[in-house]
Amino acid sequence: MTESLFYFLASLTLLCALMVVLSKNPVHSVLFLIITFFTISGHYVLLNAQFLAAVNIIVYAGAIMVLFLFVIMFLNMSKAGDSKIKTSTISKFAGAIAGGLLFIVLISALKDASVVGYTPETYNSQVGMVESLGYVLFTDYLLPFELASVLFLVAMVGAVMLGKKEEGESHF
Amino acid sequence: MESVDLLYKAIYILVIFGITLLIATYSTYFERKIAAFIQDRVGPNRAGPAGLLQPLADAGKLFFKEDFIPARANKALFILGPGIAMLVATMSSAVIPYGDMLLVDGREIYLQAIEVNIGVLYIFGVVSLGVYGLMIGGWASNNKFSLLGAIRAASQNISYEIAMGLSLIAVLMMTGSLSLREIAAQQAGFNWNIWYQPLGFLIFLVCAFAETNRTPFDLPESEAELIGGYHTEYGSMKLGMYLFAEYINIFVASSVMATLYFGAYNFPFMFELEAWLVDATDSVVTANNIVTLLGVGFMFVKIFLFIFFFMWVRWTLPRFRYDQLMKLGWKILIPLAILNILLTGGGILLKDYLF
Amino acid sequence: MEPLSNRRKQVEKKDMTLAERAYLPAIAQGLGITLKHFFKKKATVQYPEQTRERSSIWRGLHVLKRDENGAERCTACGLCAVACPAEAITMTAGERKAGEEQLYREEKYAVTYEVNMLRCIFCGLCEEACPKAAIFLQDDKLAPARFERDEFIYGKDRLVEPLKTTETR
Repeated sequence: MTESLFYFLASLTLLCALMVVLSKNPVHSVLFLIITFFTISGHYVLLNAQFLAAVNIIVYAGAIMVLFLFVIMFLNMSKAGDSKIKTSTISKFAGAIAGGLLFIVLISALKDASVVGYTPETYNSQVGMVESLGYVLFTDYLLPFELASVLFLVAMVGAVMLGKKEEGESHF
Repeated sequence: MESVDLLYKAIYILVIFGITLLIATYSTYFERKIAAFIQDRVGPNRAGPAGLLQPLADAGKLFFKEDFIPARANKALFILGPGIAMLVATMSSAVIPYGDMLLVDGREIYLQAIEVNIGVLYIFGVVSLGVYGLMIGGWASNNKFSLLGAIRAASQNISYEIAMGLSLIAVLMMTGSLSLREIAAQQAGFNWNIWYQPLGFLIFLVCAFAETNRTPFDLPESEAELIGGYHTEYGSMKLGMYLFAEYINIFVASSVMATLYFGAYNFPFMFELEAWLVDATDSVVTANNIVTLLGVGFMFVKIFLFIFFFMWVRWTLPRFRYDQLMKLGWKILIPLAILNILLTGGGILLKDYLF
Repeated sequence: MEPLSNRRKQVEKKDMTLAERAYLPAIAQGLGITLKHFFKKKATVQYPEQTRERSSIWRGLHVLKRDENGAERCTACGLCAVACPAEAITMTAGERKAGEEQLYREEKYAVTYEVNMLRCIFCGLCEEACPKAAIFLQDDKLAPARFERDEFIYGKDRLVEPLKTTETR
């Protein structure tokens, strides 16, 4: 049951991820990306990491992708989609080479990765739960956690600086 | 899980789904009745006794109207929009504990569709998806005003989600659990969270109004001055679905508030009553079941009071201006919610120190 | 400038107090007011079943009366048309023929009699001008809404009081 669910989710994830790249309409791309996030959350649930699944949906699907949609809807790309977008031959080559290199790097990195099987004796079903996650975050990974929050603060300050009204700028 | 348990669950889920839809349907009727009463009128009273068949008449009217799709609209997304709104609205009632435990044939039946240990986050996630229904619908209409309405709705929902989440965190700090069943169980008797979290409740209440697009925050669909926002191009049952989803959202928001702050199915003197019932009926099972069913009754009374409050406020307050809305969300509610978190943390530490 | 009355007051724009800025007291007050109205007596009149009580001198739709024998009282003298400030009444007079005594009381009668209900202001001056007590404004009927303008020109078919055939006098 779980295995077939995994294969279903995995194929759905790959399909939607492909559709993100392939679909002509950027709004469709964003919507497919949202479905991709959902399927990834499904994977998290299969891995017994419910908290991560929920947070993935709240933060990525619920907040960040809404902002993506915002921007793309305002750009009004549906009109631009009618006319063919021209891509020069050089950038096609460059894209193919860069993508192929990334593919090789990924394969070589994952080739030797050992798949950790599941052993019933050492398996802890609570490992993905909120309590254990919070415990680990605030003990072992305290410094990276706090650094990440400082990073967000910096980003926020930057956004406020960019959005600040300059002197003499008109109200609207 | 045994098949009998599965059957119970399936029946329970169907019942909850039906109750959700029924309450949402009759919310439309009571909305009109309450509006009328507040304005010294009598409201709908022609369809059936006291107008009780009015929702059916409305639904019939909407079903038989022309199902219109604008010529240049994105057809698939135009149909998907109201569907998403409806789906997301009905999903969230799955984790709400409408009652405690029933004992039938020595089997424990919890009156909750699914128990997940991240129930609060589940609701939060589902609510945050509600925006997509509006945005997709607004964009697919291929109308500038619809698009602007959708953007308006989305930015409002995102803004108030933050304050809502922060006000929730104070509750979670007190209960130490994300599971709604546990949060409900901790408020046994009259030990409701509202006594400890009045400020948090106030913030949550305001955010719930904003999230469900109700007056005074109903700018996404302000019919009078902003031509209806994201559902400008919608008609027939698709419009009905959007409006219906709003009422389901009100029901869900009311149940969440009742669960988180007003003790869910708990009521004062429930333990004394149970002890007395055990003496009187000489059966622990009957006593438990009676108290549980009473608790379900109390839960629904609380939910109905909240729904009434939603409507009462709608017919009292005028609409906010958009900049006021944003100012309230970002500059007042979020700092207040953070202050509330600090106060709660201080209170918890003080309690640990003193006792 | 010298104030005309001693009620003049200098208006000042004060800063709102904290309670006013928090809005919550004002909201609570508003909710109280609406709740009070919630339980008030409703002003609605359930129209087709109930009708609002009208004044006894209410001036509604015109009627051309008949006398006690069922003959039309109107003699087409035109005084009502003269009295009408809105010029809503027109009529043509005709001579009664032999054998029509049961229908018309006088030798001269109104062949047509039209009231334009769009012009009429229901002032009741025609009623006062009539020397034969033929035209009255009823107190229980009014000119209903219609779809076409020409439907508002009421002829004799709609103005004359129906015959009380079954009544014995």
